[in-house]
Amino acid sequence: MAVTRGFTGRPRRGGNDRLPPGQYDTGEGWPTLTAELTPSVDVDEWTMTVDGLVEHPTTWDWRGIHALPSDSYFGDIHCVTTWSKFDTTFTGVSVDALLEVTGVKPDATHVFATSTTGYTTNLPLDDITNGKAWIVWEFDGKPLTPEHGGPVRLLVPHLYFWKSAKWITRLELRDHDEQGFWERNGYHDRGDPWLEQRYQGDA
Amino acid sequence: MTAETQQPVASSWTTGTVREVERIGDNFVRLRLEVADRTDHVPGQHYVLRLRAPDGYTAQRSYSIASDPDDPLVELLVECLPRGEVSSFLHEVAEVGDEFELRGPIGRWFVWGGTTPSLCVAGGSGVVPFVSMMRYARRTGTEPLLRVVASAQHRDKLPYADELESYGAFIALTRENQPLPDGSERVAAHIYPEEIVPLADGIERAYVCGSVGFVSFVGRILGEAGVRSDAVRVEQFGPTG
Repeated sequence: MAVTRGFTGRPRRGGNDRLPPGQYDTGEGWPTLTAELTPSVDVDEWTMTVDGLVEHPTTWDWRGIHALPSDSYFGDIHCVTTWSKFDTTFTGVSVDALLEVTGVKPDATHVFATSTTGYTTNLPLDDITNGKAWIVWEFDGKPLTPEHGGPVRLLVPHLYFWKSAKWITRLELRDHDEQGFWERNGYHDRGDPWLEQRYQGDA
Repeated sequence: MTAETQQPVASSWTTGTVREVERIGDNFVRLRLEVADRTDHVPGQHYVLRLRAPDGYTAQRSYSIASDPDDPLVELLVECLPRGEVSSFLHEVAEVGDEFELRGPIGRWFVWGGTTPSLCVAGGSGVVPFVSMMRYARRTGTEPLLRVVASAQHRDKLPYADELESYGAFIALTRENQPLPDGSERVAAHIYPEEIVPLADGIERAYVCGSVGFVSFVGRILGEAGVRSDAVRVEQFGPTG
């Protein structure tokens, strides 16, 4: 494509190998984007369910999920709206720890994540296992705020952030892929920022 | 949430050539573009606009479409943000004849197809997708299905203020008193719940577009006016440049 007349762009920072194509470093900022009103989720009523193609469908309450071994993610996150945020710390529990409790049936290939609001997103099972995904309730050592998905959100930092469903309440393992909310509305089924899989039709 | 009926989403990049550019004060630039191989949009959809530097560096941002799908040009209204990499370029450098990479129309959620009785509530430049909806409603005679509320600090900070007024939109200024038809004045303030109640009567959907704080405020008063939260569709923007 042609160069835009007169455009040089902001000064390139060092370490740009951390920035996927088409992204910029938002620095200290953390923009919020959502398709719906921010819900008020009461932790006394919130539950997390893992079901579908698992050996032991399980529901945890707030205390129960905190009793699992805690785990943290330290690293970068990338939003399809083109901001990336470096060096974030999220704390919660790894999805592996949940699946260790439930077991996984051999025919499970995908997961369908659902939020308390009805928001959904789809992911290949491989993208949420082996240390790649978490259920988190802390950001930088503080409780996750409602606008960022608090009290509890899914975190899948190697994919665009709409996959990290805010206000998560359920993961259903399936033997097929079914599009979630943004995926039905034109966004990519997988959403790898390094391959720039933003919209349906991207490679 | 349910899926909207399938709306067009363009999957490849194309070129938009600037045919008209109007700078509106220090805050806004209105671009009218001729889009190659254009796919008609549905009111509420947006385009991604990408700029490319000589070294291959690119910057891209999403901008709502203001034009009616029937308009031969695609109109974008861009708010100039402090240190906004793309918006400042568009505000300061863009000229008629310039070409930009465009991808769109995108989005199937924040769209109005002219059949659902709806209330639109905009904060500042959040009016842009609603301008497209208003223009479409006017052309198709579906204005009774689309009510619009727009809020801004001052009237001259509200893009498309004249067009909003002539459509019959309710305008709420937060730092400027407004004369009312009965000779009294509306005291400068955010939208009052009692101002929303009659407008929300009979609607099946609400669209809210504005800053994070504005959307949160409007969500509250819509709730007070009896609008269910699952009938509310949101588009938020923050300082993403």
